[in-house]
Amino acid sequence: MTSSPPVISVPIHLESDVLVVGAGGAGMYAALEAAKGGASVILADRSLIGRGGATVMAQMTVAAALGEQTPDHWEHHFADTLAAGRGLCDERLAALLCEDGPQRLREMDAWKVGWAREDGHIKQAQAPGHDRPRCAYVDFLSTGPAVSKTLRTQLNNASGIRRIGDLSIVDIALRDGEACGATALHLPTGQTVTLAAKAVIIATGGLTGLYRRNSASSNMGGDGYALALRAGADLIDMEFVQFFPIGHLAPRLVGMDPIMWDPFRYKLGGKLLNSEMREFEMDYATKDARSDGTYKLTRDLATYAITKEVEAGRGSPAGGAYLSFQHVPEAEIRKAFGPVVDRLAENGIDLAQRPVEVAPIAHYHMGGIRVDEMMQTGVPGLYACGEAVGGANGANRLSGNAITEAFVFGARAGRSAAERAKQGASMWTADAAQPTLDLLRSASKRDAPNPAAIIVKLQAVMADDVGPFRTDVKLRSAISAIAQLKADIGNTPFASAKAFDPVLADWLDLRNMLAVAQSVAVPALARTESRGAHQRDDHLGLDEAWSVNQIVTVSDGDITLRKVMPTTGKAAA
Amino acid sequence: MKATLSIQRGALGEAPRHDAFDIPFEHGQSILDGLRAIRRSMDPSLAFRFSCINANACKECMMLIDGKVDYACTVRLKEGMTTLAPLPKKALIRDLVTEIAPPDERLMSRS
Ligand SMILES: Cc1cc2nc3c(=O)[nH]c(=O)nc-3n(C[C@H](O)[C@H](O)[C@H](O)COP(=O)(O)OP(=O)(O)OC[C@H]3O[C@@H](n4cnc5c(N)ncnc54)[C@H](O)[C@@H]3O)c2cc1C
Ligand code: FES
Repeated sequence: MTSSPPVISVPIHLESDVLVVGAGGAGMYAALEAAKGGASVILADRSLIGRGGATVMAQMTVAAALGEQTPDHWEHHFADTLAAGRGLCDERLAALLCEDGPQRLREMDAWKVGWAREDGHIKQAQAPGHDRPRCAYVDFLSTGPAVSKTLRTQLNNASGIRRIGDLSIVDIALRDGEACGATALHLPTGQTVTLAAKAVIIATGGLTGLYRRNSASSNMGGDGYALALRAGADLIDMEFVQFFPIGHLAPRLVGMDPIMWDPFRYKLGGKLLNSEMREFEMDYATKDARSDGTYKLTRDLATYAITKEVEAGRGSPAGGAYLSFQHVPEAEIRKAFGPVVDRLAENGIDLAQRPVEVAPIAHYHMGGIRVDEMMQTGVPGLYACGEAVGGANGANRLSGNAITEAFVFGARAGRSAAERAKQGASMWTADAAQPTLDLLRSASKRDAPNPAAIIVKLQAVMADDVGPFRTDVKLRSAISAIAQLKADIGNTPFASAKAFDPVLADWLDLRNMLAVAQSVAVPALARTESRGAHQRDDHLGLDEAWSVNQIVTVSDGDITLRKVMPTTGKAAA
Repeated sequence: MKATLSIQRGALGEAPRHDAFDIPFEHGQSILDGLRAIRRSMDPSLAFRFSCINANACKECMMLIDGKVDYACTVRLKEGMTTLAPLPKKALIRDLVTEIAPPDERLMSRS
């Protein structure tokens, strides 16, 4: 054991016109467009380039009004998006998503992403909430990997883009209230890095790693929201976290995305059963105040029905519901699942014989960093794109909109950032990195507490008290629990080693996760109504007076909330 | 059921040592599940790479498992001893972590 400090405090300094933080679909698209706009670009990711986030894991579909399957127009897609958003969408952003979507999907097609085709045209599937078949995909369940690979290839072929993996951005660097770069930690070496840039784009994806059951990668604790908050930017709609009702729960299934059951359920009529092996969805479709009376439960209602069955003591052994295909002939299962049947068999799952267990899992975040239609935040020089941005999807998101959003907003942010870089000189000053360098330098070796265990505690708090169904009591309890965890980790980072130190990485994650958890729980407490993905057991039903967005900011470490009217007017282009 | 993971530890330039951890597990859980459990309840400093956890999409979790190159997220925990070591043909960083990024995606390759 050496006694030298864990972090190498004399930083390496790098410069570029544009810094892109996060290399998922949005960040890779932003880097490509910024370079096209003539900017020199650094594309940094805390994991490997194109591998660390949600994009590479997505298995389903991408929505855009291509009109290949049936005639379509972006305004139809726009209308569906607004309907799902229940009055809270930023119409400019939603319009941009829908209007530019087709162009981006065609560009990906030209780059040979391999959209599934039928009779010579791109095949578009019907998905819930869309008024017609609109969702392109890559077979079999390969949309995300194909998208990532295609963008990585474009990055390889582009000039002017430097890619750096294993580089975790810790803070945005500010000078006179403007973004002038960032401060980072190189994970393999413990080396600090300062990055000067004329424009910085946050493309760090979502926050579902805050929850116990989630579809997140290890890099999805919501870093970007915390970076933006500390830089002085606004967050919007943070209380809207989308839960996917039938995420895989048991038996342990490896090598598969946990949200894989949806298409099969629709195709084969999979049945949701409680511990009495009884179908229960209809109970909620007819009795509950939330029901729209139709048989097919929406995602929100399915989440509600499963949660209530578990609360009533009728959950499956692992704490969810059974999903059964036992009534479906084996040959039909084989036909629908194709090679996936064999992958399931490797996991000891035989759908003709036994049901699996499913439960609602945190899957996507509608809220995020508030931007204008150029993807600029309120902080000059700071941009955001992809899932990190809030507003386009309002209170709930249509399936397939997230990857489209990553492409469209990524491209737009890249272009805007390159424009800014052309106009101005570098604002960089070494002072801008100093507070973060001081923080990292103070990291010290300690035996307890274990930050990996604290993350698990936080995930339990969020799942139990800031989950899909909320109450005043639960939310207040969560807010004080989060404050306690903040006190537990203190202001001095824990560390264990120089090279690839997971203790320091977890502490830095917690610093962000706790800030972000607070920025979800506080507006959730304030919103005394039920709308879209935010459901209050103590305030059933939508309240017209709450047709407003909540904005979260931080001043002197305290969260403040304010209300604004949703942005209307669909001036895209 | 109980698995024992014998893990090669240490950073580049240090003499490798082996730590053994006993962990309870349920049928079907992966080696990665076991490694994450060790970090939560026994040794938070244990270093290994992973990102996607379930989807086998990121391909970051490759290591030597009982002498064979494989993914920690798809190989199952088993009763008795399993040995884990870093990839032999990649530069060691620490514990089970090696340098796997393509050369032009690294911080140190050009600066
Ligand atoms: C399992 C799964 C399946 C999905 N399926 C679909 C689908 O079928 N259709 C659909 O439309 N949407 C789907 N979604 C949602 C969609 O995939 C995401 O919303 C979208 O890919 C987000 O893209 P992004 O580029 O914004 O973020 P991501 O792809 O998540 O990328 C963010 C990147 O930022 C990096 N990063 C984070 N913090 C830092 C930091 N501090 N410093 C440096 N780098 C950082 C991460 O490592 C990561 O690589 C799915 C999501 C999941 C999780
Ligand atoms: S953790 Fe992603 S492939 Fe193993």
